[in-house]
Amino acid sequence: MKKNWPLWEVFVRSKNGLEHRHFGSLHAADAEMALENARDVYTRRNEGVSIWVVESKNITASNPEHNGELFEPAQDKVYRHPTFYDLPDEIKHM
Amino acid sequence: MKTNLYKYILLIADNSLILGQRLGELCGHGPNLETDIACTNISLDLFGQTRSYYQYAAKLKGDNSTEDDVAFLRKEQDYLNVLLVEQPNTDFAYIMARQFLFDVYHLLFLNELQKSHDVTLSAIAVKSIKEVSYHQRFSSDWIKRLGDGTSESHQKTQNAINDLWTYTDELFHQTDADKKMIIEGIGVDVTKLKESYYKRVVEVLQEATLEVPESKWFQKGGKQGIHTEHLGFILSDLQYMQRTFPNMTW
Repeated sequence: MKKNWPLWEVFVRSKNGLEHRHFGSLHAADAEMALENARDVYTRRNEGVSIWVVESKNITASNPEHNGELFEPAQDKVYRHPTFYDLPDEIKHM
Repeated sequence: MKTNLYKYILLIADNSLILGQRLGELCGHGPNLETDIACTNISLDLFGQTRSYYQYAAKLKGDNSTEDDVAFLRKEQDYLNVLLVEQPNTDFAYIMARQFLFDVYHLLFLNELQKSHDVTLSAIAVKSIKEVSYHQRFSSDWIKRLGDGTSESHQKTQNAINDLWTYTDELFHQTDADKKMIIEGIGVDVTKLKESYYKRVVEVLQEATLEVPESKWFQKGGKQGIHTEHLGFILSDLQYMQRTFPNMTW
C-alpha cells in the first residue's frame, strides 16, 4: 500500500437552509470511504445534516503570489458598496 | 426476580459490551486517524446500547444494583456473550471481519427485537437499529475493499474470515432463556435468522471476491458462559478500576 491515501476536502451543511461550509480535510481511498470518514470525524457531535466530499486535487485554488493583481484593485473602489443612499429611518435591517 | 428475562438481557447486552471493549482497545492505535475514530465511534454506540440494557437488568435485579455492578462485577462464567465478539484484534482484517460477521447478525436480531412485547427492549432496539445499520454498512464496505483490494489485503481478509467462520453458528443457538422468552412474546427466535444471515454474508463475500469457508465444524459455549482464553484478559482490563477502587465513579 502507498503510504498515504488521497486527501479529500469535507463540506458540511449544519442545518437545512444553510449552505455547505468547509470543515476540514481527511484521507480516504475512495469517495465512499471519504463520506464515511467525514461522517465519523466531523459529524459525530451532531454537527451536520449533509456532507459533500471532493478530492483535494480537483480544487483549483488562487495563487497567493497573485494576490496583488487579483484583490488589491478592489480595495479603493468603495463605490461598489451600496453605501451612498440616504435610508429612511423606518427601514430596518439594511 | 424475573431470572429468565434478566439472563436474556445479558445474552444481548454482553455482546455489545465485549465487542465495544475490543474496539475501544483501538483508541489511539487504529491504522490511521480516520479508521481509529470510526472504530471507537462504533465502540461508543455499542457501549450506549449496553448501558440501556444494563440499566434495565439492574432494575430487575433490585438490591440497589446499578448498571456498573452488572457490567463490571460478574465472574467470567457469568458473561454470556458469543465467542465471536471476544476474538482479538489480530490485524485490521480480523477487526473488520469480526465486525462484519457480527453486524449482519446484530441488525437482523434488532429488527426482530423491536417487535418484542417488552416495551423497554423494543425501545432499545428501535434506537439501536440506526446505529447498527451504519455499522453494517461500514464493515461490509471494508470487507469488499479489502477482499477486492491488493493480493495481500485479499489474503489477510480471507484468513480472517476462515478463522472466524467457526464462531458464526453459535449466533443462532437457542438457550433455555431464549426459549422461555419466545413463549412470552419477548424474545427473538434466532434460529429463524440463520438463513437471511448466511445469504447476506455470502453476498458480500462474493462481491469481495472472497471464498465462503466450507468448514462445517463450529465452536460454541459463550452463551453458556464457557469462553475462549481471551475473555479473561478482556475482563481484567475492563474490571480493573472497579475491582481496585470499589464503587468508584467518574
